[in-house]
Amino acid sequence: MLDRSTSAVHACAGALFTAVLACTPAAAAQAQPPETIKIGIISEESAIAGAGISRGAQVAADAINAAGGVDGRKLEVILYDDHSSAADAVRAFQRAASQDKVVAVIGTYISEIALALEPWAARSHIPFITTGAASNEISKHVHDDYDKNKYTFHQYLASPFVSDSICDGVKQLLQPQYSVKTAVVLSEDAAWTAPLDAEYLVCLPKIGVKVLDHIRFSPDTSDFTPLYNKIEGEKPDVIVTGISHVGVQPTVQWAQQQVPIPMIGMSSQATSGTFWKDTNGAAAGVVTFAIAAEGAVTPKTQPFVSSYAKRFGDAPPYTGFTTFDAINVLAEAIKRAGSTDGEKLVAALEKTDHVGTVGRVQFYGRDSEYTHAMKYGAEYVSGIMMQWQNGKQVTLWPKAAPQTKVSFPAFAQLKRP
Amino acid sequence: MLAVQILIDGFAISALYGLGAVGFTLMFGVSGVLNLAHGATMVVAAVTAWVVAGQYAANPWVAAIAGTAAGVITAFATYYLVVRPIQRSRSVPAAEKEIFVLTGTLLWGIMIQEAVAYFYTDNPKTVQPLIAGVMQIGGVRTPINELLIAVICWTVIGLLWLLVNRSKAGKVLLAASINPRALTLLGFELSQVYLQVWAIYGVLAGIAGVLLATFLGASSAQASQLTASAFSIVVLGGLGSVSGSLLAAYVVGYLETLTAYLISPAYRTVPALILLVVVIYVRPHGLLGRR
Repeated sequence: MLDRSTSAVHACAGALFTAVLACTPAAAAQAQPPETIKIGIISEESAIAGAGISRGAQVAADAINAAGGVDGRKLEVILYDDHSSAADAVRAFQRAASQDKVVAVIGTYISEIALALEPWAARSHIPFITTGAASNEISKHVHDDYDKNKYTFHQYLASPFVSDSICDGVKQLLQPQYSVKTAVVLSEDAAWTAPLDAEYLVCLPKIGVKVLDHIRFSPDTSDFTPLYNKIEGEKPDVIVTGISHVGVQPTVQWAQQQVPIPMIGMSSQATSGTFWKDTNGAAAGVVTFAIAAEGAVTPKTQPFVSSYAKRFGDAPPYTGFTTFDAINVLAEAIKRAGSTDGEKLVAALEKTDHVGTVGRVQFYGRDSEYTHAMKYGAEYVSGIMMQWQNGKQVTLWPKAAPQTKVSFPAFAQLKRP
Repeated sequence: MLAVQILIDGFAISALYGLGAVGFTLMFGVSGVLNLAHGATMVVAAVTAWVVAGQYAANPWVAAIAGTAAGVITAFATYYLVVRPIQRSRSVPAAEKEIFVLTGTLLWGIMIQEAVAYFYTDNPKTVQPLIAGVMQIGGVRTPINELLIAVICWTVIGLLWLLVNRSKAGKVLLAASINPRALTLLGFELSQVYLQVWAIYGVLAGIAGVLLATFLGASSAQASQLTASAFSIVVLGGLGSVSGSLLAAYVVGYLETLTAYLISPAYRTVPALILLVVVIYVRPHGLLGRR
């Protein structure tokens, strides 16, 4: 009896031990949360547009995680500061790929840096989405060598589309009320403005605006008086801008010197919620293209602006909108692909059809010269024209609130026809 | 009309350059310190004025005073945290102290620059003009603030001249620049003299920073450029020579303005830098420097 019972105890103990051994890994696996999905964010934290990228990403990732993550896995955003240096950005990409094992990289508002990261996305087979750069060279590289560069996606409007949108805005918003027949194009000398200016020179004459001069200036310029002096001598109706690296200085000097010509066009810094404060109100009357702004573009725009402003104190710059959308686009692609493998993600990203804060996001296909760039058009993303009025960003075009009217400062009025 | 425009713009910018460089050269002349955190000091003053004006909705003059005070505080911080410890250190050989101070202030300047960029971004900040509006001078529409800047700069420079040449404290500063050892033998405490010069320097750099913010705007990214600009002017004028620095400020200011108007703003700084190289070759002690 004793032997039997002892052997029974031994047998039970043995069985229990075996069961524990057998069960331990499974139990441990159940106890551990599923692995996070890491996404690398590369931008300059001390630049307004750069901070917009990392902040937009955090707002998006937190919202997705609060809703349960992607197939039960949480998103983890890893931030890298590139100090607006291509070398730092490349090092960050290498670290993100080899050390931190991210599944995708999102970032940079500087075209030169996006172009420097494109080959690294190709080498590491990791999708890279740029959410603020505008040069059409980014998507042209994908088109010219698809198999190599297919990992890069351009989730901001390419420069020629920005020019087209601005020309449409001038035609539909200004020309019915004012005499806009001549312009001087004033752009900073950067990769993104070369195609922007080229398209300005095509689309402005098409809407009946004669370009009197085309001035490109160094982004290091601090005194704009000589430029304004030259432009004033040419007596254009408007100054059409292409500025992003600079913004505060040309705007403040335009207002202080009371240059009697309105400024319209692309002024990226003016899309930031802090621009009024940065310029002490000199931004009053500046009309700029924006990818989205406070108010309605889609039903998702205002809730995003509110949650961003609640968390960071100010409304997001343009990169905040596009990066928020990019994280959502990527999350959907991961779900569609059922994998975080680079090849599968690229295929899934190509099938993107996402209504985000800036409009309906889709990417151009392989046949387009803008392969993997965000589609432009009224049914996709077309941007808006906005203006700073009394400390607030006011959307003027294409859909303005009923009471909203374009308004220029007393020193820079447009003539009525 | 273009000539009048160049005259007015060149005058205002040169006055601002002069004010920025005078403190820098005075510091070198009296205490032998080349403060490479100079640009960062100006940026701190500019950003402080912007913060006080923007966040606390202060009057532009109150903001300007706060910015100038920030310039003085930064100058003292530079002296107490960086310069004095190096000057008093026993582990740094006497012959190498100058180069240590140079390196120390350079690194300190970068730290300030990064801190400003971290808290307030590297976007340029502009302070509301002390007097808004424009006036016509010879058919040229000129911001009143631009003229006010020139007036303030020359008033401050004039007061500095009076202080140095007509007051006892100023004569002590002059003596310290000529023969500090003899001054010590006469019973003057050199460290007190140095404190005075750092205070004067802080006021000058602070005012220059605030005025720059009301005129062209200032950003943390510009800090090294502002130091380089002051350094070039001081070398061109002659290290330690206040009148040389003022002359050089006007040479550089007008050369830059002429280039910006007649050639292109993109080449604004090139002729002045070429002139600097030529002067270094032909007249290494600068335009009015002592041999």
